[in-house]
Amino acid sequence: MTSTLTEENVAPTRSNWPNWFVTEQKAALADYEQAPTPTRRHEAWRFANLKPLDLSTFVDAAPVSAEGRLINSSNGISDFAAKMVFGNNALLHKSAQSLPEGVIFESLETAATNHTELFRKHFMSQPAALGSSKYTALHKARVATGAFLYVPANTSVTLPIEIFHWAEGNNATIFPHTLIVCGENSSVTVLDYFKSADKLTAMACGVNDLHLEKGSRLTYIAVQDWSTTTTAFHVNSTNVDANAKCTALIANFGGGFIRGESLSRLIGEGSRSEMYSINPVEGTREIDQRTLQDHIAPHATSDLLYLNALDDRSRTIFAGLIKVEPGAQGTDAYQKVRNLILSDDADPNSMPGLEILNDEVRCTHGATNGPVSEDELFYMQARGIPRDKARRLVVNGFFNSLLERIEEPPVRAHLSELLAKRLSVA
Amino acid sequence: METKPDLNIDRSIGDFHYDMNYEFDAGIGLSERTIDYIADVKKDPDWIREFRKDALRKFESMPMPTHWASHDLDNIIFKNIRYYLSQGTQPKRSWDDVPEDIKRTFERLGIPEQERKFLAGVEAQFDSEAAYSNIKAAVGDQGVIFVGSTEGLQKHPEIFRKWFGKVIPTGDNKFSALNSAVFSGGSFIYIPPGVKVKHPLQAYFRINAENFGQFERTLIIADEGSEVMYMEGCTAPKFETSTLHSAVVELVALKGAKIQYITVQNWSQNVFNLVTKRGLAHEEAEIKWIDCNIGSRLTMKYPGVIMKGRKARGEVISIALAGDGQHQDTGAKMVHAADDTTSNIVSKSISLGSGRSTYRGLVQVGRHLKGCKNNTECDALLINTESRTDTYPAITVRGKENACQHEASVSKISAEQIFYMQQRGISEGAAMSLAVNGFVNDLVQQFPMEYSVELKRLIDLEMEGSVG
Repeated sequence: MTSTLTEENVAPTRSNWPNWFVTEQKAALADYEQAPTPTRRHEAWRFANLKPLDLSTFVDAAPVSAEGRLINSSNGISDFAAKMVFGNNALLHKSAQSLPEGVIFESLETAATNHTELFRKHFMSQPAALGSSKYTALHKARVATGAFLYVPANTSVTLPIEIFHWAEGNNATIFPHTLIVCGENSSVTVLDYFKSADKLTAMACGVNDLHLEKGSRLTYIAVQDWSTTTTAFHVNSTNVDANAKCTALIANFGGGFIRGESLSRLIGEGSRSEMYSINPVEGTREIDQRTLQDHIAPHATSDLLYLNALDDRSRTIFAGLIKVEPGAQGTDAYQKVRNLILSDDADPNSMPGLEILNDEVRCTHGATNGPVSEDELFYMQARGIPRDKARRLVVNGFFNSLLERIEEPPVRAHLSELLAKRLSVA
Repeated sequence: METKPDLNIDRSIGDFHYDMNYEFDAGIGLSERTIDYIADVKKDPDWIREFRKDALRKFESMPMPTHWASHDLDNIIFKNIRYYLSQGTQPKRSWDDVPEDIKRTFERLGIPEQERKFLAGVEAQFDSEAAYSNIKAAVGDQGVIFVGSTEGLQKHPEIFRKWFGKVIPTGDNKFSALNSAVFSGGSFIYIPPGVKVKHPLQAYFRINAENFGQFERTLIIADEGSEVMYMEGCTAPKFETSTLHSAVVELVALKGAKIQYITVQNWSQNVFNLVTKRGLAHEEAEIKWIDCNIGSRLTMKYPGVIMKGRKARGEVISIALAGDGQHQDTGAKMVHAADDTTSNIVSKSISLGSGRSTYRGLVQVGRHLKGCKNNTECDALLINTESRTDTYPAITVRGKENACQHEASVSKISAEQIFYMQQRGISEGAAMSLAVNGFVNDLVQQFPMEYSVELKRLIDLEMEGSVG
């Protein structure tokens, strides 16, 4: 039996980890096994497709066979400060071109040993609040490696840092992890890529921890491009302290079934969290996203904008919640999901929620559904652009309107290029 | 009045605040015996008795919906509730027949004197049965049937049976099942084809016994091309132990018909008000719910419209005011099941003190439909720091030729506004009241005049003491 979830299979990946972590992993495995599989009665799984939660066919990922090809294909933005490449739960490559002094950029297990205090303080410090606690327990039990980035106080990393996570082989199971800690008044941009080495079905269960200390600035971009049959869980947890600002964009270009959960906790006065997502979906692909903007500190702002373009028989779920805690006066929170409907068979579900426990707030949310404007298509067709291409250009424009919110011009241009390639309008 | 079965009921159970001589009382608790008792007293036909028993089984087998709803529901103790009691099973036809003490209660509410002239018919529900019913001759002449649900099912079975329980199936939710098991009272209305009822039909409901649940059942059928406006208003005196109110209202608008259903509700603070309301709109029909919820301990009410025919239209206009310790969990359901159907939801809520108002919405557009549109707007106003508001919409709009938009905002009354009014000599409390009335004003305008007056007065009353 090669089930990915048994204790015997876990042991070998633990040799690089300190003992205390191995103990925690064993406990996490027990948590995973004991936790019931979610049902739709669970609000966090309302509308959800539960079929992909049967993980019995997935097996332990073997070491990658095409190591060189994967490293050579790990190309993102042209100018970057450092890079890590992971394949099937192993670090394949690491390079650092221009990292300022004091920046720690190393594998997760190395950090657990060398920077134990930092690691313990921030690694999966938030419980999964949006329904996937069973799968984050699995992640913790099985995580073998990942990226650890610490930017010390008052340090700016000018060029982006890139991280690639590859899945290879049929039914391979991988556990990507990215942990970022931004010290006071530091700034950094991270591009996190999730890619399949082949067209086979894989299972990814990933966690990202983003911690922003006072006055820091983080731009975090996740470009998910798994194979179209891959099942993936991506759980993001962000803590933003006073006057810090986090911009997180998740682009879901691939995957067969994606369950994404993003929690943003505004823990310091004047903090700001921007949560963006662009999701072109077609075929029978399904993207199930749950978000929480948790306003704990006063005078914080959060801004969420998720864009979905649904074609064929694709399906999306957006369930967002703005929660304003009793002490969070002066909160300004915004949440919006927009669905562009390209097919009669597409199935968009939106649940934009608010829970406001304080009277001094400004909160708005919205959800819209609409088709591509016939006028726009006609305009382009009249100028000789075939209807199908015209439609893709409209979708491209729809998503680009969000990319404009990314402040760094090279990052924005890079994403725009990836998007154009994804939509075949380049 | 026929001979009454001699049932030995212990009237010492339950401490009535009004010295009512209840002629029929099913006792406390719910079992198949209670159902048999109600069916016997009401002389239900066999199919209704079976319908009730089936509903009881469904009620017992369904879990409390606390996986999404308030856990306060767990404080309802079903075996402590009185499921049926009545002042007489036949509605009284003339005002003179109404017992003196009941009249006194009505007079305090100011029902008959002020509104008899204006209203087409008054179907005032006093506890389980309509104690007073009066239909203007003109309405009756047009062939309009406006009777209690018991009379409806007995005298008009051919219309009643066709639609009863069809819009809201027994097992729709735990409380619709409970209502289906023990229902009594409520209205049955039938408007013949092409008849446009000029005056609103009106019924007042009133809870008047401690620990007494009221389970009225209303069925309104507007035949092709007809129009009707129905109004219900609720007030209840304050009692110390919890009271359950769980109504089911079904509306059927046939081709081209229009139904407006207006509720102004002001339950006392111990009432659980768990109501299922839904309308079925056929081709080019229009159903509009205008709903105002004030008072109660917990209200759960999501009026819905199923737009079954082409060009059908659904609308919900909702105002909720959650005072200290109250939870108004209200919203709307719009199910688009045909082409070119349109729906509109406008919800405004105000939370005072530790009050909590919740909007829950459901908008669904089925596959392969064209030209469907939904617009939803929810605005919430928070008055005090400990006030709370939630919004939980669920929107599934399929098909590329449909459109929907949902907007919600939460705000507080701006300090500038209050300051401006205070500068002009208006006290802070009065300024707050004015601001709140301004917030809901555009919706209040949609209520019939005497309701909007009453509504403004109720809001002022609730606002008293909320500032400072």
